[in-house]
Amino acid sequence: MTTVSAPPSAAATGPDETPPSRRPRRWLGENPLGLLLSAPYLLFIGLVFAYPIVFSVWMSFQDYFFAAPGAEVDRPFVGFDNYIAVIQDPAVWRSFGNVGIFLLINVPLTVGLSLLLATALDKVVHARTFFRVSYYVPYVTASVAVVAVWLFLFSTGGLVNQILGPLAPEPSWLVNSALAMPTIALFVTWKGLGFYILLYLAALQNVGKELYEAASVDGAGAVRRFFTVTVPGVRPATVLVFLLATITGANLFTEPYLLTGGGGPNGASTSPVLLMYQRGIEQGNPDVASALGVILIIFVLIIAWLQYRFLGGRES
Amino acid sequence: MRRRMMMTAVAAAGLLALTACAGGGDDGGSEGRGDITIWYSNNEAEIAWGKQMVEAWNAENPDEQIRAQEIPAGASSEEVIGAAITAGNAPCLVYNTSPAAVPQFQRQGGLVNLSEFDDGDGYITERTGDIADQYRSADGDFYQMPWKSNPVMIFYNKAMFAQAGLDAENPPLATYDEFLETARTLVESGAAPFAINPSPTSEFFQSWFDFYPLYAAHSGGTLLVEDGAATFDDANGTAVAEFWSTIYTEGLAGKEQYQGDAFADGVAAMSIVGPWAISVYGDDVDWGAVPVPTQDGIAADETFTFSDAKNVAMFTACDNQATAWDVLKFSTSEEQDGIWLDETGQMPLRQNLTETYPDYFAANPAYEQFGDQAARTVEVPNVPNSIEIWQTFRDGYSNSVIFGEEPVADFLTGAATEIDELAQG
Repeated sequence: MTTVSAPPSAAATGPDETPPSRRPRRWLGENPLGLLLSAPYLLFIGLVFAYPIVFSVWMSFQDYFFAAPGAEVDRPFVGFDNYIAVIQDPAVWRSFGNVGIFLLINVPLTVGLSLLLATALDKVVHARTFFRVSYYVPYVTASVAVVAVWLFLFSTGGLVNQILGPLAPEPSWLVNSALAMPTIALFVTWKGLGFYILLYLAALQNVGKELYEAASVDGAGAVRRFFTVTVPGVRPATVLVFLLATITGANLFTEPYLLTGGGGPNGASTSPVLLMYQRGIEQGNPDVASALGVILIIFVLIIAWLQYRFLGGRES
Repeated sequence: MRRRMMMTAVAAAGLLALTACAGGGDDGGSEGRGDITIWYSNNEAEIAWGKQMVEAWNAENPDEQIRAQEIPAGASSEEVIGAAITAGNAPCLVYNTSPAAVPQFQRQGGLVNLSEFDDGDGYITERTGDIADQYRSADGDFYQMPWKSNPVMIFYNKAMFAQAGLDAENPPLATYDEFLETARTLVESGAAPFAINPSPTSEFFQSWFDFYPLYAAHSGGTLLVEDGAATFDDANGTAVAEFWSTIYTEGLAGKEQYQGDAFADGVAAMSIVGPWAISVYGDDVDWGAVPVPTQDGIAADETFTFSDAKNVAMFTACDNQATAWDVLKFSTSEEQDGIWLDETGQMPLRQNLTETYPDYFAANPAYEQFGDQAARTVEVPNVPNSIEIWQTFRDGYSNSVIFGEEPVADFLTGAATEIDELAQG
């Protein structure tokens, strides 16, 4: 077993007189074993996350395309040309507008519904496991499989329209420019709810029962207790849910790709990531796709910072 | 010193071993001979053909064996091949290369110039005839072997036509007016929910199965881009786009993606498909086939259509290119093309097809008109930014023709202006 504690005499040594035995600790910290244990994950993050991001930023400033190893290709530095191309592309602006609509519907709905359902589930005594699993199943089911069910439900002759009868929208949900993105937002909310409910259920365990009792003694009803005890009590979880829902929502790809046949109708559900896929992979312009990706990262970071700032993440 | 020499020797030995592994042949490159790897499509009929072809070659060439596998799964074969080129592990030959992806693969430095083989140009043009010229790249050379086509025609459901009171043996579908009137009759009579139902989704390739075949027919075989400029912003393009616009405006086709095969499921009375569909529909649908319509009606033996071809490409990652070229010629020989035709019902891109295989077409009369149509096909233009060009066209087409958000004339002019720029590279 490696000993990581320093000899007592070393503690009295001044900074300018660091003995050789303390030098490794200066670099490795108080717990070098911890560094060793976390190294594989740091390496993983570096290889599959940090390196691709740095490479992507570099790519966005080149006239870059994927080439065969050894192929003699010219990839000159082009400054902000790719960014200008992205900014001047109306499809990009539309995709950001689309994902904005998505986030406006999806994020509040996710936070509100998951908190309400988690609170309800926390109170359930009978069949608690059944309910928890029921909410979690859509989250763990592959989107491809679930999308088929939603296509069946929301197509022109689908179950939803049959129930609505004359109230069914025309054109139908997924081919209606105004309804395609809200329908996708509903789908994603429903599918991801199980995960966020679990987060809230964990947070609810940390809200002291005595707070509820004190509120009851003061005459607070169930609604009042929810807003004055539960909501503030799970605020750290709320900040987390807001951030996660925003980040995953901004990276929307699978649902418009599958539910609306590649961002239809007529581009009304195209997301920035779907556009990156089209530009970068299908059309062979990874440089433009990278520029779009960098802009998307900045966009998400700004929204996440605003949420963190105004929801009191620092206090949490 | 001795230790350093020892390490150098070990490193050199290791490097040699690695080099030998990577080479796997005698010389490497265009003169290389040895084992090769090929990929082919993953449908049952093509696998059966591929297996017999590989067995036949391997039996005769013990020192130059083929290792074959289906194209690895992915969103599309083009993406898989593109990734393989970048990774440097593309096979020697891919028997399912989309002509639309060839300019991109070529730009990536992933394709071998087949014209640089001594008999490259000669073999290809002798086998395929004048149609082969459509597959030449901008530098005039072949980076793909024209292999097989699925010339698309109008399939129609005879039972639905009869139910609507239409002549199911000689349906009035030659001109736009006839086609529209027939379509209206089919829908108004309740024989079919939709007269025809091409996919209305936004993928770049969808225009190959609605606008492009009719444009090829109406224009007498004009490509979407010729001489570096878009061709469709003219009377031909306008006529075709207006035709489809009428179809959508009158609700004769759906604007919603259908999950499944609308023709096979009885949701649409007509479909635009190639001969591959004959074996798929089999006896489930009592079908007939006619050439795609034109504004004033052109004789069937003068009507062009979209080829829906897939070709064979050789990749620069291949070490044994001389063997690969021989395999390519073997697999596209008259004998192998005949087996291909027999196994799959798809048309080898070979001139005088019906004369070359008279027995097959006599025994399979349903395929004869496709064999004849194969001589008059139009390919996607082999130009830079090919896929971006098609996506630009599709986006404008969806906006204007399918969803009616923009006048057809504005769509054609706007798309042509953008495509002119893209085609310059």
